[in-house]
Amino acid sequence: MIAVAVSNLSKSYGNTCALKDVSLTLARGEMVALIGASGSGKSTLIRHIAGLEAGDGGAGRIEIFGELTQSAGRFLRRGKRSRVAVIFQQFNLVGRLSVLMNVLIGHLGRTPRWRGTLGLFNRAEKAKAHKALERVGIPQVAAQRSSTLSGGQQQRAAIARTLVQEAEILIADEPISALDPSAARRVMDVLADINAKDDITILVSLHQVEYARRYCRRTIAMRDGAIVYDGPSSALSPDFLAELYGAASEELVLPDIPAGDQTAPLAESRKRRATLLPA
Amino acid sequence: MGDLTLAAAKVEPKSAMQGRGGYRNSIVLIVLVAALTLSWAPAEMSRWTYLFTDAGNMAQYASGFLRPDFSDWRYYLEEIVVTIQIALWGTFLAVVLSVPFGILSATNMAPWWIRHPVRRLMDFFRAIHEVVFAVLFVVAVGLGPFAGVMALFIHTTGILAKLFSEAVEAIDPRPVEAIRTTGASRVQQVIFGVIPQVLPLWISFSLYRLESNIRSATVLGLIGAGGIGQVMFETIRGFYYSQAAAILIIVVLTVTLMDLVSQKLRKLVI
Repeated sequence: MIAVAVSNLSKSYGNTCALKDVSLTLARGEMVALIGASGSGKSTLIRHIAGLEAGDGGAGRIEIFGELTQSAGRFLRRGKRSRVAVIFQQFNLVGRLSVLMNVLIGHLGRTPRWRGTLGLFNRAEKAKAHKALERVGIPQVAAQRSSTLSGGQQQRAAIARTLVQEAEILIADEPISALDPSAARRVMDVLADINAKDDITILVSLHQVEYARRYCRRTIAMRDGAIVYDGPSSALSPDFLAELYGAASEELVLPDIPAGDQTAPLAESRKRRATLLPA
Repeated sequence: MGDLTLAAAKVEPKSAMQGRGGYRNSIVLIVLVAALTLSWAPAEMSRWTYLFTDAGNMAQYASGFLRPDFSDWRYYLEEIVVTIQIALWGTFLAVVLSVPFGILSATNMAPWWIRHPVRRLMDFFRAIHEVVFAVLFVVAVGLGPFAGVMALFIHTTGILAKLFSEAVEAIDPRPVEAIRTTGASRVQQVIFGVIPQVLPLWISFSLYRLESNIRSATVLGLIGAGGIGQVMFETIRGFYYSQAAAILIIVVLTVTLMDLVSQKLRKLVI
């Protein structure tokens, strides 16, 4: 069964073309990586699938489980968004609310409108939220303000929010690029676990190819708003990446991550990236 | 879209940004200096020397205030409590109405065809001084504190709605977006995504307006809206300067007290 079908989607902001005639399909239960350098259109594509933005007019269409969500730059169904959950690079939790409340917000699409508006979640819903926090491994922080959490914990709370949402598709926009390597691995483990056990389709955009190779069987690579590769992650050798991206491929490749200490190579690659930027 | 503009700004070399900023700053400076120069004569600023040559007159007037007479302090306290109560109700009603008006006049919340009418209405509320509103309401509801409450309420709504909407315009849109993807309604997005972010600022603004309204409620006494102001202007008109001095001291103490209390309240909530 096809979970997500994007066809001929284009998007431009003024003169900048962010997406060029993008088409892709995700089968139900897949976990697919989306890679590409910064500015290659990953986030834009994700925002379109999430229903946060509409493409240019024309032939662009997006279907979620066969249901048309946007076509020719217009949204077709509004409000019934909760089938697609989104995880963001900056977690996007409401900092001044408790972690539990942030997780319960995931349930707003399912709670009766008046009760949700007043924030009156019932016991079953709260139990569900606690369970989700346990699942992602941070049950102890439920009562804390979410701004007091570390980055990795915040991202896991955001994942708990999507669990409570009971979405069938989860798209993650660079969920680990703001995290240190061990937190990043934990977040990717949780995503892989959700994908395997709950049969949730996952599309995760990543900055580093290593994580794509380790966690996803299939990878979609983007450059300048277009898809340049769609196939098995195992084929993404450094040479092949160099062919796809030229000099920019350095930004995407890390030396193979050992199981232990990973801070050193990452810092090194950051330095390399910094020297690349002005060019 | 935001991401893209952000990215563009990052790429731009720093020197160009500073250059444009410097150019704009000098224009602002020139305009400011020109406005001040043009306003010098109409505002009769040239009379500033009188502050020194005729300081004796002021000293004579002020000397009447030197011996405050607190013999009627019970009466003054009763009246200042009335003043505080006027300010409390006026501010409370204003805060309640400023929440929807503030959200509806924020650029990132409402479409222009709602935003502009709401903003013009708030401009109207704000542009007219409390005293003018009070005179209007005295005609409608009669002399007394209620006219003062209504006047403060209308004027403060205009101010707070503007301040509230500016706070809303400065929020981080990303949590709101995240809440939108959960299938939440527009109102729910505002309640869970916007209000938690602006609440500390809104509380600060509201407490500050409460303080200012205590001051304003005093002035409203001038046109018969009750409270300590009325008593004060009666004593001044009757040349009872020592009583007026006592009242002034009580007003200052009250405003100071409110400042301390609101500081404590702010700490408690934020």
